[in-house]
Amino acid sequence: MVVEMLSPNVDRVFAALSDATRRDIVERVMHAEESVSSLARRYSMSFAAVQKHVAVLERASLVTKRTSGRERLVTGNVESVRAAAQLLDDYEQIWRGRIDRIAALLGEPAEPSTTHPSNDS
Amino acid sequence: MTVINVVKDTEALTLTLTAEFAAPLDRVWQVWADPRQLEQWWGPPTWPATFVDFDFVPGGRATYFMTGPDGDKSHGWWQFMSIDEPRGLELADGFASDSGESDDTMPKTQMAVSLDEMDGGTRMTFVGSFDSLEDMERLTAMGMAEGLTEAAGQIDALLT
Repeated sequence: MVVEMLSPNVDRVFAALSDATRRDIVERVMHAEESVSSLARRYSMSFAAVQKHVAVLERASLVTKRTSGRERLVTGNVESVRAAAQLLDDYEQIWRGRIDRIAALLGEPAEPSTTHPSNDS
Repeated sequence: MTVINVVKDTEALTLTLTAEFAAPLDRVWQVWADPRQLEQWWGPPTWPATFVDFDFVPGGRATYFMTGPDGDKSHGWWQFMSIDEPRGLELADGFASDSGESDDTMPKTQMAVSLDEMDGGTRMTFVGSFDSLEDMERLTAMGMAEGLTEAAGQIDALLT
């Protein structure tokens, strides 16, 4: 799990998401496909600058681009949404650590770490 | 078993975790209400938390920092949305700049904690929710990085 988080693609994902405009683009195109020119109208920057942001997101596999007529349409990558399940697993581990430390603070014996049942919805 | 149930909702981006402790309700409340006790569990052993301000009233804020193995400090803040002593509280947790001011470009987590008396102890239900997948990605990656240094420290301890 830890090793996965440190893979080169994850580095690219985090670098891509370190910018507020790019986060905003990802959020928008995750909800609905949008053309590069329509995105460009949303921000106070040049078309070329927005195009560059989209390219960074594309390299991180967060969005995909397709051509329709004269338009370049940007869509959020569903695969990266699926990563949510993995991320919730990671968040769960953080909290399991905290719960263990609370238990220790309350003077409870440490439990052996085993795989616990979980219900994913 | 301390943690008895975990429910993850990948659409709502929430984690619901239920744990049981063999301690009375008022005692479990203290691990949230007392910053000196919070410091003993909020951060992993290699990134212990230090709470600076702790205004434990509805609308009040807390500031804290976590200190890494190299002395690096990661600053955070809480805002208490509601406090219903000793049954529960709701708060927002976010990152802060080095001067302790909240950094709105960083992810925030909403947390709701409820405590219930049960036979022989207390049941704690924790719900953590994220505004967006991006927030969750960034936050868990930071947590994982901390977990990694912690694991490395434990291996070191084992070998020495």
